[in-house]
Amino acid sequence: MKSAPSLPGHVMTWLALTALLLAAVASLFLGRVNLSPADLLHGLMSPGGDLAGLVVTELRLPRAILAIMVGASLGLSGAVLQGLLRNPLAEPGLLGVSNGAALGAVISIYFGLAHVFGMATPLLGMLGAMAAGALTFAFGRSSTLTLILAGAAVSSLMSAFLAMALNFAPSPYAAYEMSVWMLGSLSERSWDHVFLAAPFIGLGLAILATMGRAVDALALGDIQAQSLGIHLDRTRILALLGVGLAVGAATSVTGSVSFIGLVAPHLVRPFVGSVPSRTLLPSALLGATLLLVADIGTRVIHTNTELRLGVLTALLGAPFFFWLVVRLRKVAP
Amino acid sequence: MTRLTAAQVTVRRDGRAIVGEVSVELEGGAFVALVGANGAGKSTLLSVLAGLIKPDAGEVRLDGTPLSGIDRRALARRRAYLPQNPRAEWPIAVERLVALGLTPHLPAFGGLPGGLEPRLTQAIEACDLADRRLQPATTLSGGELGRAMLARALIGDPQILIADEPTAGLDPRHSLDTAARLQALAAQGKLVIAATHDLTLAARYSTHLLAMLDGRLAAFGPTAHVLTPDLLRQVFGVEARITGAGGERLVDYLAAAR
Repeated sequence: MKSAPSLPGHVMTWLALTALLLAAVASLFLGRVNLSPADLLHGLMSPGGDLAGLVVTELRLPRAILAIMVGASLGLSGAVLQGLLRNPLAEPGLLGVSNGAALGAVISIYFGLAHVFGMATPLLGMLGAMAAGALTFAFGRSSTLTLILAGAAVSSLMSAFLAMALNFAPSPYAAYEMSVWMLGSLSERSWDHVFLAAPFIGLGLAILATMGRAVDALALGDIQAQSLGIHLDRTRILALLGVGLAVGAATSVTGSVSFIGLVAPHLVRPFVGSVPSRTLLPSALLGATLLLVADIGTRVIHTNTELRLGVLTALLGAPFFFWLVVRLRKVAP
Repeated sequence: MTRLTAAQVTVRRDGRAIVGEVSVELEGGAFVALVGANGAGKSTLLSVLAGLIKPDAGEVRLDGTPLSGIDRRALARRRAYLPQNPRAEWPIAVERLVALGLTPHLPAFGGLPGGLEPRLTQAIEACDLADRRLQPATTLSGGELGRAMLARALIGDPQILIADEPTAGLDPRHSLDTAARLQALAAQGKLVIAATHDLTLAARYSTHLLAMLDGRLAAFGPTAHVLTPDLLRQVFGVEARITGAGGERLVDYLAAAR
């Protein structure tokens, strides 16, 4: 007889946490300039001093922290959405918030606001994410299926506006800037970006982290979950709010980063016996780790033009899709 | 004694009454079989009685308190509901699935408190699932999944169990087994309400019969009194013969009524 595989207790969480710490340390060492441990320690101890210190405290540290925040947002959002919608293809972009954030950011580039005020792009990105999330909720709140459909509709609408912005770009340079922004990147991100996104991401993650019981009960379907005292409407509102805040803010500062939110829960699930609540924290940690590793990749792989983070995650993520299909073919009758 | 009362309950969809002015009083210790033709409003009435759907008119009271006035978690602790053909959406272990029945008893965070572990074992053993305990629920057979869902519903020790066609899709042995379990629960003093199309099973195991016709209450009372060929002609449009008595009652359909 087959038994559901599962690691005892919090082993998965500790494994994911260890991997995250290793990746975080590695991301401080590695880059265009590889630092020695002594340089790194020295840099961390005496901030603002020499070049190594500047590289660490002003470039790599905020970049690593941002990668962790964004990766955790994507991973946790993916885990909650897959649990809420019981759909293995659910990912943070599904509800339209990613495209909404992209549209907001692109509008700021379109009108050249970014040159007037540095933080205009992420700020407008967040507005866009919230508007898109509100629209999805207004149309899709009544059921799981309508929520998915409304998310798809809002996503398409935002994509249409994005395409229109590119179509009517005021200058080739603006068009270039927009398309590059949409590829997603962590380069040239500063503490300003960290501080701007942190409150929203923190609040979003906190909301999503409370949803363990609800996603567990939803393993029995909407109706049984409701009969167990789960407030379906409130659960959907909280998920949308949490994803909107966390992923909206994340996309606003980094651009679109695909596949992390889709992949992380799938990688965690076999190790926690597929219990939805037990995928949440490990998915957040694994999402952060994956994004850190991908970001290290963009810095270590030398190319003439910067290899964009979103491009790398898409390149690595697409084969995963095939693996998922092959696996489902085996599992499904 | 638990008392569930429906007063003039009406549910409308697109202007049509799916359930119309149903009034009925149900008490603990009864195993109520809800019968009626397809589309007679059985599932909707069960959802209303379970407090999952708010009726457009009328109300349901549990021990005198309107369901709408009872906190949803408190209500979940007192009544369990099983929809038709319940499914597990993830390959979680059977013990995890059964433990989900304790959701309304648990705090917002953390695993199963140690004190509830014996209850889990007891619920699993009561439904003959001990050797399936760690198996993924998605790999169970229909009968086993039905038992697992029943264990899920009963682990919280509810006063009321509402089940929508719990024997649908089960082979004869598992149908009998399920009906006997429901009968035993009623004998313990719980109120069991189950929709079914298996009239022989209803005749043998239920204490009361509630028949619906086009959303309205056609008959309600002790099964032995209410279940007659006349009722079956009226409710299902079939000529039927009812033979035997007690545990050997048999409902035989002869022909569609003219």
